[in-house]
This record gives sequence, structure tokens and C-alpha cells, in this order.
Amino acid sequence: MTAQIQYADVEVGTELPAASFPVTRATLVRYAGASGDFNPIHWNEKFAKEVGLPDVIAHGMFTMAEAIRVVTDWVGDPGAVVEYGVRFTKPVVVPNDDQGALIEVTAKVAQKLDDNRVRVDLTAMSAGQKVLGMSRAVVRLA
Amino acid sequence: MALDQTFVGRTYPPTEPYEVGREKIREFAVAVGDENPVYTDPEAAKAFGHQDVIAPPTFVFAITFAAAGQVVQDPQLGLDYSRVVHGDQKFAYVRPVRAGDRLTVTSTIEAVKSLAGNDIIDIRGEVHDESGEHVVTAWTKLVSRAPEEA
Repeated sequence: MTAQIQYADVEVGTELPAASFPVTRATLVRYAGASGDFNPIHWNEKFAKEVGLPDVIAHGMFTMAEAIRVVTDWVGDPGAVVEYGVRFTKPVVVPNDDQGALIEVTAKVAQKLDDNRVRVDLTAMSAGQKVLGMSRAVVRLA
Repeated sequence: MALDQTFVGRTYPPTEPYEVGREKIREFAVAVGDENPVYTDPEAAKAFGHQDVIAPPTFVFAITFAAAGQVVQDPQLGLDYSRVVHGDQKFAYVRPVRAGDRLTVTSTIEAVKSLAGNDIIDIRGEVHDESGEHVVTAWTKLVSRAPEEA
């Protein structure tokens, strides 16, 4: 496998394939273990409500990890990502049911940079709310 | 409580090395549901020119955030950690983190602010490998929310 996306083939405004990522309470428990972030707001409803949250919320870093998949699935090699930043604007609220929540990610090329790099702007929504702001990645294309 | 401005620019000693394991990367990739073989199959990683399996872009946060713990729990700083939420996060990569890396983190307080009763702190974590090569920089903004009654 080699990087499939050619710098010459993309324009400002080129849309990346969008993706949706489901998240349930089980997802959050698994992510807590893998990441070492055991903050109870991500698994304990009683605790989350005591600190003023509507319910258990997803780890911001989980949402950040899902959003960049739209970019890494597009380029193939995640090592092509040279910068990635987000602002956590709203929490992803995860109810205790079979459905959980859905994180919907869209992305488009916002700027062509030198050295075959492009800036990609990402949008992540959940339950109609924008959950990431200023969400940008710089990626090096072939 | 307003944080002490004299902490701006303070750099903490480098952490003890964190050794990145293939199975830890696999566990993380499974947890985020990412089936890209470059995270789990050394041959797939080599096809892209990587020495070993690489880690997903946000994997390194677990290491830099643990390092930031020495900042946020510094009793002299006086941050109320029980009220802390994650504001912003950014990474700049020199190369991807890969299995076998032994990574140290050097944390620096870049900014300290108080806005509407919220304490805001910006921490930069410089991640280096065992040979001293710079691997990634992580910027983390933490917000300690003002108590509701304030």
C-alpha cells in the first residue's frame, strides 16, 4: 500500500468521505481502559449529574480520535498527519441504552500548503450539536 | 481562585520513559474501532515505510496527559482539578509514535489566565524518544470551571 491521494488531484473544497461513529456506554468503558482516563464523568451517571452534566459524556479525546479517522482513512497512512487540533465545544452525551450516541464527521480540504501538504477542516456533530470546533488537520499527500 | 502568573514559562523535569508496546497500540486501536492494519500489522506498517506498527494520532495523549499531571497537581499552582475540563487539544508530529519507542515528556506552562472565574492553563508537552529525537509536541488547554455559586 502507498498513499493513494495525490496532492495534484485535490482542490480547496474537495470533500473527504464522511463517516459516523456510534458510541455506547460499553465503548466508553473500553476507551477508558485503553487510554487510562478513568474520570467517572465518562461511566458513572450519578457522578456526572452531581457535577452538573446532563448524563455520562464521551471522553473528548475519544471524539478527537474518531474525527481524525475520516482523514486517516482517506490518506491510508496515518503517519501522513503532521498536525491535528480541536476545541471541545459541546459534550457528546451518551445515554444508557442500546443506541448510545452518534458522532457524525465531515471534512473538506480548506487550504493547499507547500511541500504537498493540505489543511483539512473537520466538523463533528452529535445530536445536532457541534461537538468539536476549530477542528483542523494538516496532512502530507503523495 | 486566580492562578499565580509567575508559573508561566515554568518547565518541569522530563518524565521517566514510557515504552510503547504493540499490544497497547492494538488495544487503543480496537477501543476507537479503527481497523487500519498499520496499527496492528508490522508488515502493513513497513509497506508505508514505518519501522514497526505506529500508533493512532491521538494515542500519545495518554502519555502527555499523565506528564501534565505533575503540573495540574502541583500544590503551589493551586488548580482545582475536580472542576477541570478539557478545552483544546493540538498535536504537531515530527513522526508518528511507533512500537518500541521509549518516550519522555517535558511539560511547560505556556499560559495561565482567569476569565469569568474560570482558571485556564495551557500546557505544552515536548515528546522525545530515547535517542533524543523530537517526536511530537502536544498542546493541552485545561479549564477549571468557576464554582456555580460564585
